[in-house]
Amino acid sequence: MPITKTIASTASHSDVYTPKSGVPWDEYLDASGNVRRHFAGLARDLHDLPPGELKRRAETARRIVDEQGITYNVYGDPRGMERPWQLDPIPFLIAPAEWASLETAITQRAELLDHILADCYGPQDLIRSAWLPPALVFAQSDFLQPAHGIRPAGGRHLNFYAADLARSPDCQWWVLGDRTAIPTGAGYALANRLITSRVLPEPFRGCRVQRQAGFFRELQNSLSALAPHPVGDPRVVLLTPGPFNETYFEQSWLARYLGYTMVQGEDLTVRDDRVFLKTLSGLEPVDVILRRVDDDFCDPLELRNDSMLGVPGLVGAVRAGNVALANALGTGLLQSPAFMAFLPGLCQHLLGEELRMPSVATWWCGQKSAEKYALENLAELNVRPAFRTRPEPALSPDEMRARIRFQPHLWTAQERVALSTAPSWNGSALVPQPIVLRVYVVATPNGYRVMPGGLTRVAPDGDVRLISMQHGGASKDTWVLSDAPVEEVTLLQSPSRAIELRRVGNNLPSRLADNFFWLGRYAERADATARLLRSTLLRFNPESAGSAMPLLTPLLRAMELQGQLLPEWLTHNAEALEADLMGAIFDPTRACSLRNLADRLEHLAMLVRDRTSNDVWRVLSQLDECLTLPGEGRMLLAGEAIAVLNRLLMLTASLSGFSRENMTRAQGWRFLDMGLRIERSLYLCNFLDCALRSPGADNPSLLEAVLEFTDCTLTYRSRYNLLPDITAVFDLILLDDTNPRSLLFQLLQLVKHFERLPREKQSALPSPGHRLLIECVTRVRLLDPRELTGLIGGWHAGQTGAVLRDLLRDLPLLSDAIAASYFTHSSISRAD
Amino acid sequence: MEYRITHRTTYDYSEPVTVSHHAARLQPRTTDTQQPRNFALNIAPVPALRRQRVDYLGNQVCSFSIQENHRRFEVTATSIVAVANERPQSLALTPEWEGVVERFRDPVSPNDVAAYEFCLNSPLLYAAPEFADYARASFTRGTQLLAGARDLMKRLHNDFIYDPRATTVATPLTEVWEKRRGVCQDFAHLGIACLRSLGLPARYVSGYLRTLPPQGHERLIGSDASHAWFSVFCPQTGWVDFDPTNNILPANEHITVALGRDFSDVSPLSGVLTGGGEHTVDVAVDVEPLS
Repeated sequence: MPITKTIASTASHSDVYTPKSGVPWDEYLDASGNVRRHFAGLARDLHDLPPGELKRRAETARRIVDEQGITYNVYGDPRGMERPWQLDPIPFLIAPAEWASLETAITQRAELLDHILADCYGPQDLIRSAWLPPALVFAQSDFLQPAHGIRPAGGRHLNFYAADLARSPDCQWWVLGDRTAIPTGAGYALANRLITSRVLPEPFRGCRVQRQAGFFRELQNSLSALAPHPVGDPRVVLLTPGPFNETYFEQSWLARYLGYTMVQGEDLTVRDDRVFLKTLSGLEPVDVILRRVDDDFCDPLELRNDSMLGVPGLVGAVRAGNVALANALGTGLLQSPAFMAFLPGLCQHLLGEELRMPSVATWWCGQKSAEKYALENLAELNVRPAFRTRPEPALSPDEMRARIRFQPHLWTAQERVALSTAPSWNGSALVPQPIVLRVYVVATPNGYRVMPGGLTRVAPDGDVRLISMQHGGASKDTWVLSDAPVEEVTLLQSPSRAIELRRVGNNLPSRLADNFFWLGRYAERADATARLLRSTLLRFNPESAGSAMPLLTPLLRAMELQGQLLPEWLTHNAEALEADLMGAIFDPTRACSLRNLADRLEHLAMLVRDRTSNDVWRVLSQLDECLTLPGEGRMLLAGEAIAVLNRLLMLTASLSGFSRENMTRAQGWRFLDMGLRIERSLYLCNFLDCALRSPGADNPSLLEAVLEFTDCTLTYRSRYNLLPDITAVFDLILLDDTNPRSLLFQLLQLVKHFERLPREKQSALPSPGHRLLIECVTRVRLLDPRELTGLIGGWHAGQTGAVLRDLLRDLPLLSDAIAASYFTHSSISRAD
Repeated sequence: MEYRITHRTTYDYSEPVTVSHHAARLQPRTTDTQQPRNFALNIAPVPALRRQRVDYLGNQVCSFSIQENHRRFEVTATSIVAVANERPQSLALTPEWEGVVERFRDPVSPNDVAAYEFCLNSPLLYAAPEFADYARASFTRGTQLLAGARDLMKRLHNDFIYDPRATTVATPLTEVWEKRRGVCQDFAHLGIACLRSLGLPARYVSGYLRTLPPQGHERLIGSDASHAWFSVFCPQTGWVDFDPTNNILPANEHITVALGRDFSDVSPLSGVLTGGGEHTVDVAVDVEPLS
């Protein structure tokens, strides 16, 4: 344990920072306790901070993580999958000369791995000439036979690669692992940089930290260069396994940063051996796929047939040379730790050079001598499966011995590594924590390039096996220092190229249109539900039962029909009714409770993560917070609930404000707004229908509630200046097309949207959905609310009631018609 | 012997299929003992795209995509194949099995690499101590390789029940092992898993059987559909076939279509479709001698 003599923020940080005994290499202090030269600038800046300041900045960093919704997913976590990203605000620093030698070593390694892949998926000379044992390749499920013989676009299999590095006690860097399939974490490294440079601006400016943007520009250029058919502006997509993937956040972050459309397998289709994106206006060709889907899940036809994440026919399209995949299929082969045992020899053989950076000592038990060594030293070594397998419960030493003896080639043994330590912020002081550095490499037409920086991960217990996002643990920004002043690079295009002006973005994938539509519907549903609940609670009398409150009946009945209240409310006493109303707000298991709606909203926003702003995330995270009950078992008073609802209505209002003011009038916004209008119309019709069925439909108190729900109280007063009158109220709410809350206004907005939808524009006759909408508008326009004055006691029997009921029947059909025309990503099935 | 083989597969869908992608491995291979004379593959509706290639294991694959709406899809493969009349050689004069296992231990000679690929776990099959234990009753110390394989075939035939309702193409081997019943695919898989668990190279063969037996012979199981059996690698001799479903050594009534590590490498017809709803499949195979 570190010895902390005093609270760090009141003294120099290096005064109290004490490296763990028995760990010879500390990145910050040398053996005599002096701050290493390249850390000196940072140490001085931290020292100059006023007392308590570092703590405050660490908290700011944490808040930025929360607000930006930076998360990673943990499988099988009962508390819900998303976890906030753990950022340690103290960066890890690397001196310029040291970085130069790391860079050379890592590019050499990338080159070597690419050569090995080219051979395994090509002539297989290495196997035939005994440089590689055959089982090392053929026994792996990651060796994909269908990928054999495919020439990768751009000539390289490995376009993007990462290596995990650690420093041993003698100052030597070692490779702990190769990430050749889907190198994850570069997006998190970007996020770490963004936050760290913001909370520690003084050292970031003073330290000459190399920028990362140049690397991502090279990545962009290299991916564009892979496009098989020369086109002006190749379409690159990022293929994601979806929001349940561990690093979904990172994928959406990268997609947005790099300007790529983020797609799931179902968004793509293969026709004539070409890959297309399904968009609202039809199929659009895709040239390059940056894949985050595992190799064997990419195509259910030729690879794993149980995959729901891939694109049927993709391998055929790749084989035909019509689309480029980065990385190429089958690169996961080299992720096996067993390869490390053979790299020094292969490097000599293939590149004619010494391997510049050693790998952690590795024995592949497929070789007799290695098997013997592993069996004899089982306790001291880190023995694990050589190839990717399903996770299994831990084995006892005897079980493991039996397994190794039965199929030795499936096992590897590695030396345990003593990691170097670097300063970490533990909440009150700087303490030494073991670190592993992940560095990233991209293939460019001019060779491999290393990202200056990387993802430095902190092992909480010093156990290298625990360095994994699945196990928790923090990460930190990595500052590669420069001898010379650093250049600013931006990802935006250089001005030398004439830009083609555009008024519309790239065509929206159909699946995203679907998600936007429902985002609109649920946001409005939350808003309308909160209004109904607030009106109810304001009129709620804790003394009498639900059935004894005739004015509340239409409100309660409307909520019952919408699923917020259980049908038993009628028989409830006041206490049970109050509990029921609380359930309509906070009960996550009730289908349409506000809590449930907030969860659905968050899930939908997740699905359009790469297209929602951080402001929207902030609102959603506050929504979540305000719907979380204060403490186990504490009853909330009706008055407190009203405060919650008021706050919630502010939040839904800001959501609709963002969509109205900040989204361009492109397809995404159009579908969002269509969803909102349909939902608002439905809630309005339902509530008005309930109101008309009440024996007190013309009671001014009930009409007040109607005006309140529709947010029309002020408008009404300014026009009529008297007690609400049923005809005037219904006219204002149904027919006034200048009132943005009226039914007619919603329907007319929908008509405007319909006229601008891509497929409506092309056809001479209106589509089924459009037809339905025109009928609804006509029925509403022909209404005469003056009939209500004469319908005393039987208000709902008139024309107005009939039209409301027609709309309640037709609006869901309209929603279905939109789904059928625009969102059908018909299910994919298999026939064997 | 010369055979005409007709293999028709018909899919009927409850809802229209808008796009489908398929891969067919229906074209018989050329082997030491068989020579395909003619092959035709008819597909209805006519595919928008059709490609022919040889896969990693040397099988002919036809990949095709149908891009028009359809409710019925039919593939008919017609082949004429000449099969050598020679009887299988004596199984007694083969090496002892332990020597073969030793030969396929690291370091494996580059000359044996091709066969060695069939010693290892494959997508559907893995070695396990229980399979090795079962196999050891046939491979006692010093048993000659092919004599042991023949005994293993016989025991599988006796210990497992042929039952077309017990399993599907997707039933895992563990379940077959526990239920002790299955179809030709399962019998072949069991044989392969047993041999690989001992460290011997074994592969999966898909093909056909003559439909109507010569006069006075019993009709073989599996003759009205595609059939499957296993094959063992014997140094010097090469690959030798065993049909555990029928407990016979394939000779001139078995026609080989494709070879693989297990069924997943040689599925005669696979496909992924968009739409389609429920489907029904009808498979008809006819293997008729021409001479």
